[in-house]
Amino acid sequence: MSVLELKNISKNYGAIQALNGVSLTVEPGEVVGLMGDNGAGKSTLVKVIAGNFAPSSGEVLISGQTVNFHKPLDAQRAGIEVVYQDLAICNNLSAASNVFLGREPTRQFGPFQIVDYKHMQNRAVELFARLKSETRPRDLVKRMSGGQRQAVAIARALLTDARIVLMDEPTAAISVRQVAEVLNLIRQLSEQGIAVVLISHRMPDVFEVADKVIVLRRGQLVASKNASDSSPEEVTGLITGAIEAA
Amino acid sequence: MSNSSLSDAINNSEHRSFISRIASQQTFWVFVAALLACIALTLMTDTFATERNLFNVTRNFAFIGIVALGMTAVIASGGIDLSVGSTLVISAMTVSVTMASGMPFWAGCLLALGVSLVVGAVNGVLIAYAKMPSFVVTLGMLSIARSLAMVLSNNKMIYQFGPDHDFLLWLGGGSTFGLPHPLIILLILAAFTSFAFRWLRWGQHLFAIGGNEQAAVLTGIPVSRVKVSVYMFSALMAGIAGILEVGWLGGVTTNLGQSMELSVIAASVIGGANLAGGVGTAFGAVIGALLIEVIRNSLILLGISTFWQGTFVGSFIIIAVAFDRFRQARGYE
Repeated sequence: MSVLELKNISKNYGAIQALNGVSLTVEPGEVVGLMGDNGAGKSTLVKVIAGNFAPSSGEVLISGQTVNFHKPLDAQRAGIEVVYQDLAICNNLSAASNVFLGREPTRQFGPFQIVDYKHMQNRAVELFARLKSETRPRDLVKRMSGGQRQAVAIARALLTDARIVLMDEPTAAISVRQVAEVLNLIRQLSEQGIAVVLISHRMPDVFEVADKVIVLRRGQLVASKNASDSSPEEVTGLITGAIEAA
Repeated sequence: MSNSSLSDAINNSEHRSFISRIASQQTFWVFVAALLACIALTLMTDTFATERNLFNVTRNFAFIGIVALGMTAVIASGGIDLSVGSTLVISAMTVSVTMASGMPFWAGCLLALGVSLVVGAVNGVLIAYAKMPSFVVTLGMLSIARSLAMVLSNNKMIYQFGPDHDFLLWLGGGSTFGLPHPLIILLILAAFTSFAFRWLRWGQHLFAIGGNEQAAVLTGIPVSRVKVSVYMFSALMAGIAGILEVGWLGGVTTNLGQSMELSVIAASVIGGANLAGGVGTAFGAVIGALLIEVIRNSLILLGISTFWQGTFVGSFIIIAVAFDRFRQARGYE
């Protein structure tokens, strides 16, 4: 069964039609590359899935069940995690603290509920191991590479047992070596049965990891096909409109 | 298995030795500076190392230190509290007026701390919920709270504190085991603040907010509530210092704590709190307050005009921030 299904999703802001009848499915463990030019509706689509706002019409199904998200927390509870482009990370805290930010485990100490650093530490080691990342839980995030910072953000998704991870331009503005690191992280998520929706402008990165590419143009879905059946040239044509649909 | 235990060892290792960690702390160097100043003064004057003078120094710095604990929490959360001096005087005035009217100490104390918490709550709500800049809100409160203290006391000096008069004077001016009471209270509050910063979720959250407020919001931290609590904490510290200072002085006028915010901010910043938010320690605030008081005291003992004090305190703030800039520019930190 599809972990995520969108049926005829439309979203309009007054007279502006941001999304027009978009339908798609995402399977468990599938990596989906969501592509399109600026203003094609990628961000709007992601925000609908992440519960930032409700669609004007259409249905969102998680594992076959219709859901109505009113706020991002609803989506999070349903197993959807967003890894933000500018990374919701605090540079002044350790990697482990960042992974557990807002969800710190506590234990009883006299009259106080104190933060259980040992538990955080051990869980973080485990999560980074699952991601095959060399991130050290005690290091301050500000001393880390872009790839390690991504690992911290992604480990957060593993912590909540997310089923779908939405990533907005995770490979923008980082070095070539770090891009490879991030793509590896995406593969690790996929291997654990977590679906990844990857929003990116960078064609080579998408084709490197995606099982499926979805192209949006002016709010409409113009293509949804296996990456192996497509090519960067075709997708470029679809994005610009040189190719009508595929 | 040996493979996994190796990686565990790497994961759990500290990257720098204990000594290099200590040496990289601003607090350590400030402590060294304070120590050197003390040694120099002991050698240069025969008045510094007297019991009486040391007693004065420790008591004086305790008031700044207590308020600096609250200020450090505010600065670490990315804000600033300019109203601490005024909060201190309104607390001092409340306890004085209440006790002068014949009420017992505990009633005056509770009322004073209550008033302080209200001041902090008003600051916090305007900053967290109305999203106003902390600088503006607390600058306004600086004026309002002091003015209310004048209204409350009719701008008269109060030096009679009713039935618990002696207790109040003992609390603020007395000592136990040779330690002045304000110093003992400072040490207790510093230990608690240090504990709260490190071990309570409150501490984690306030440092997260100071580090990246947007991230704190996105991860579901109750940012507004934490912010209100931080300003209330700052006001509570100022309120406690106010009560103690009345006891020490044995009388109170409405210019108590005037321009105190400057020394307090200097103490926090010298102690390592970063005005950009996200960094600061309780211990650092205490050490910062100590350094300022030792310098202030030395100016007096060395016969330098007290008019110079503002120049020193102001320069300290600028130098401490300049050091921070310098370190950031070189990519350390």
